[in-house]
Amino acid sequence: MSEGVSQADRPVEIHAAGGDLFSKFDPLIQMREGLLASGQLDPFSLVMEKVLSPTRAICNGRETILLGTYNYMGMTFDPDVIAAGKQALDEFGAGTTGSRVLNGTYQGHRECEDALKEFYGMDHAMVFSTGYQANLGIISTIAGKGDYIVLDIDSHASIWDGCKLGDAEIVPFKHNDIEAMEKRLKRIPAGAGKLVILEGVYSMLGDIAPLKEMIAVAKANGAMVLVDEAHSMGFIGPNGRGVAEDQGVLDDVDFVIGTFSKSVGTVGGFCVSNHPKFEIMRLVCRPYVFTASLPPSVVATAATSIRKLMHSGNKRAHLWKNSRVLHAGLKARGFSLGTQTPQSAIIAVIMPDLERGAAMWEALLREGLYVNLARPPATPANMTLLRCSLCAEHTGEQVETVLGMFERAGKAVGII
Amino acid sequence: MDRAETEGRIKALVVPFNTKNVAIADATTFAGDLEFDSLTVMDFVAAIEDEFDIIISMNQQAEIESWGQLIDAVVKLKG
Repeated sequence: MSEGVSQADRPVEIHAAGGDLFSKFDPLIQMREGLLASGQLDPFSLVMEKVLSPTRAICNGRETILLGTYNYMGMTFDPDVIAAGKQALDEFGAGTTGSRVLNGTYQGHRECEDALKEFYGMDHAMVFSTGYQANLGIISTIAGKGDYIVLDIDSHASIWDGCKLGDAEIVPFKHNDIEAMEKRLKRIPAGAGKLVILEGVYSMLGDIAPLKEMIAVAKANGAMVLVDEAHSMGFIGPNGRGVAEDQGVLDDVDFVIGTFSKSVGTVGGFCVSNHPKFEIMRLVCRPYVFTASLPPSVVATAATSIRKLMHSGNKRAHLWKNSRVLHAGLKARGFSLGTQTPQSAIIAVIMPDLERGAAMWEALLREGLYVNLARPPATPANMTLLRCSLCAEHTGEQVETVLGMFERAGKAVGII
Repeated sequence: MDRAETEGRIKALVVPFNTKNVAIADATTFAGDLEFDSLTVMDFVAAIEDEFDIIISMNQQAEIESWGQLIDAVVKLKG
């Protein structure tokens, strides 16, 4: 569990020395050079030479199992999704060259928003060019000067950046700590607007939030609630609507933020809401207005994928099975994991330090396995993590193969 | 509440975070002298918030670099 850990990917304050604006990056440059000087393969410049399926690619000339792509539902190669994208490319061209509020709203954008409204059973849906921009835009626009944002300290970088872009007072609380959140809400001056920001699944450790309790506290204190369900859409909850649906509190969420770059299998972001005045956001939200809209092929693939995800109960069940088998297998082999029980499709393996984490990452790649290396300062409590994200298209056999790879690499690097 | 009393209460709170027993004066900085990382800052701020029943938002924290500035800020927030 991530209790008591708390760094998250907040913007780091850096001070320049001398005239070179780049001197502030010297410590990072030195750390990186030190790591690579030892002969370590660079974990942050991997190239996928060919992608064979949602779970297999060619990296460094070797066939590699993909276990770090957030492609939870394996929709990237779905034949219907690809056909829809090709058709839109043929019929509507390569791009819109325009903002959503000018020439950049095509039929496909509307259809994509209709698919989202149906998927979530909500009145309004707004599609952004990325999930990052969805958080950036909604948060910075709805919480203004004099308002308060109360948020979990382990929030994603896009949430912190949305806070930084806006003018609200920012009040963080300890990760998943209901009492710490409540205390801060109660201290906010009377009459001030309040926005509580939570995530369904926290992507670093793969743990979920006690949304039922937290949202009840937020509502009792007169706050509006925004939940980022990026890592749960399509997978968690009876209809794949996320952790809030799973805990029976989706109706109390004012704004759900999500992304197309995980379960949906393409790129883009969105916000869905039942707020009666929500449509005004299209005119006042700068990260929505002042950028080009998604290409027609992308919204067509997204809409097709979202509609298929509504009826993916079997895939969800298989993905849960994969998550349980991987979690139990890694635990049995002596690895230290981010959560005591499998709570999502992310299994985070905690490394003793960055050097051995990077060595383990490379050893796994040589075995033919790709996982995510996450390092400080993006991680809670300055941990180095190997994050595994499972896919509904991983076969049971692949998961067993992965466990064998972890065992050999872990022994070679001296972690288990 | 006067400044001296406020400082006394915050001095008691900083003890577990001041692991190197750095001597504290108004000019002592949190990042430089006390070597607080962001994790320590969060825990220390939470302890002060709970002690005085106040909010020190991140916007306000950005303006606080030294011990003296912290005491002044808490005195002001407490009214």
